[in-house]
Amino acid sequence: MASFSQGGGVLKKRSKTEGTRLKVGLGACGIAAGAMNVFEEARKTVEENDLPIRVERTGCIGMCHHEPLVEIEEKDGGRILLGEMTPEKIAPIIAQYMENGHIDPDNIVAGTDYITENDPFFSKQYRIVLSNCGTINPESIDEYRETGGYEGLARAIREIDPDEIIREVLDSGLRGRGGAGFPTGLKWKFTKQAAGSPKYVVCNADEGDPGAFMDRSTLEGDPHSVIEGMTIAAYAIGASDGYIYVRAEYPLAVSRLKTAIRQANEAGLLGEHILESDFSFDIRIKEGAGAFVCGEETALLASIEGERGLPRLRPPFPATKGLWGKPTNINNVETYASVSRIIQNGASWYSGFGTEKSKGTKVFALAGKIRKGGLIEVPMGITLKEIIYDIGGGIKEGKRFKAVQMGGPSGGCIPESLLDTTIDYDSVTKTGAIMGSGGMVVMDEETCMVEVARFFLEFTQNESCGKCTFCRIGTKRMLEILERITNGLGREDDIERLETLAQSVKSGSLCGLGQTAPNPVLTTLRYFRDEYEAHIKEKRCPAKQCRGLISYRILPEECVGCGVCLKNCPVDAIRGEKKQVHEIDPKKCIKCGICLDSCRFGAVEVR
Amino acid sequence: MDSTLKNVFDSFQGKKEELIPILQKVQERYGYLPEDAMLEVSRFARVPESTVYGVATFYAQFRFTPIGENRIMVCRGTACHVKGSVGILEEIERKLGIKEGETTPDGRYSLETVACIGCCSLAPCVMINKKVHANLTPQKVAKLFKKD
Repeated sequence: MASFSQGGGVLKKRSKTEGTRLKVGLGACGIAAGAMNVFEEARKTVEENDLPIRVERTGCIGMCHHEPLVEIEEKDGGRILLGEMTPEKIAPIIAQYMENGHIDPDNIVAGTDYITENDPFFSKQYRIVLSNCGTINPESIDEYRETGGYEGLARAIREIDPDEIIREVLDSGLRGRGGAGFPTGLKWKFTKQAAGSPKYVVCNADEGDPGAFMDRSTLEGDPHSVIEGMTIAAYAIGASDGYIYVRAEYPLAVSRLKTAIRQANEAGLLGEHILESDFSFDIRIKEGAGAFVCGEETALLASIEGERGLPRLRPPFPATKGLWGKPTNINNVETYASVSRIIQNGASWYSGFGTEKSKGTKVFALAGKIRKGGLIEVPMGITLKEIIYDIGGGIKEGKRFKAVQMGGPSGGCIPESLLDTTIDYDSVTKTGAIMGSGGMVVMDEETCMVEVARFFLEFTQNESCGKCTFCRIGTKRMLEILERITNGLGREDDIERLETLAQSVKSGSLCGLGQTAPNPVLTTLRYFRDEYEAHIKEKRCPAKQCRGLISYRILPEECVGCGVCLKNCPVDAIRGEKKQVHEIDPKKCIKCGICLDSCRFGAVEVR
Repeated sequence: MDSTLKNVFDSFQGKKEELIPILQKVQERYGYLPEDAMLEVSRFARVPESTVYGVATFYAQFRFTPIGENRIMVCRGTACHVKGSVGILEEIERKLGIKEGETTPDGRYSLETVACIGCCSLAPCVMINKKVHANLTPQKVAKLFKKD
């Protein structure tokens, strides 16, 4: 509790300080940006010089736009965040810091007191699920316990009646963070009341939406919080076995989960007679095998059973007939991680955040054409504008905002006119998008909305399991129409045809995949119909992206004949002598745009 | 049955629910799912051959032909898409002379696309073997293959 009391309550300060620590953010993003080399170099420097500083690993702190990130935690608890680190930079930084405590301000992303600082990236956030991400070592159960971890579980088992726990979760107002927003406590209640045993607890960590990485970061940065939440659920429901179904594309998350499960077993927090009680619970990991539809709960269960991941008809819902026909509770990663904090701090504390119908906080993965992309957690009720402009810092390169895509392939594109929409389940649904699991991809004036709709349809068409005819064939026909529109071959009645097909696919599909697959098309038609019409009637792509509708040319008055475009053109479509005006051969040009990106004189024009 | 397969089976009990993990382990050892191995899996897990094939072909992870020494996966997630991953894929295709889903004739590279690696803030990105290369441009793609 205390850790949330200060300032914006964004990041925790550690209560115990044991000398200076240097923490390297080793989430998959950080590693992709080169953090492992920084970690190894830092460790080498400290070891070779026998310095009184501990080099440790931590998860994602969320400022992905500054990766690789290193944090120096000073003896007095002060924290300095360093960005864009490299192995070359880190050794001299450590040496100078140890000598006189000084760090070159150029390397600092956020200063000593950035926890309460007015940097809107942090001050508009409130971290509950992510409170440990990027601050503790995810491979240490002790560090998790130091932050109050497993206290909720202990309290639950020793002091609270299972029905009382369910009531607490109900009272907290927590709704499923997988996207649909069903009240978590109610789901638990149904599973508990259902006849049949054994009962199962399943964690859906099959984060399949392209553009989403919230669950990956949580699993990589704070795996114990998910395990604790699942164990509390199992205790409340009366389950003895649990499964975490996690994407195989997330190897680091899988390995950190395995470590955490082993540690929890050794500490008597998982396995037989948890905390010396009569309650026993085991968790197994099932790795997905690359099928988006398995994020749908009944398909996920089929996959755990070793079958093709085909969705099943609901009802019966998994709460009554789930895994092997037994009552099964399925929640996603963020939901379980929230449960740990709710039981630790109480329902009224949690329901103090958010709006009347959407309580608590929501984690988002902010990406696309945004200046400060990253992993963020905000209280429900914040507006989209605050997220994009205050936290995200607005659009990259001063371009104009066009839309924000929420909810992945099941969601939709929200236009500028609706940026005052607040983040809560009902308001977002009203726009035609969905809250979804938390992917938020920002698009600017250079993004073609018809092309975006085509992109999502290509994805869902490819991932349709094929069981329902409308989803299997309807999405295919819709994709063909979108392809011809973006290729400049759109027909007058294509928009109506898309709308009719969209309704058929929605109503003729068994599961969420098909029922929501047309959403990206419907929302872009609703808010960006003029772009569709420009493609079809004027054979013009306003965003200048669709290759069938654009051409490149070199402006003779701007070209200095430097030859850079000629050198970079992958298909030798550019001719010209040095210091003479160059020319693009339209027959050879594949419209890849490399000349445009490489010209430093603004001499390449797209039409 | 060869010893590799026997080793794989030793860590399982031969239950149907283990089918996907078994196939994943087999693919880890061979780089793909050889037909003979799938037949052995069917006997071991006591499920019909058609079921093994049905499950294996359903999931994108499973391959039925050998893979190149280096596996290139181009991320085609939304964030990568709006930041130009199509151009990255095309540039790699041109550089290697193969299309998505193919392996170079010398067996050095296989080229695939993947729905999303989850490194959206560093888009566009490509995973080569287990390493992610971030913030790519077509120009940087050339450098990726120069080192080899």
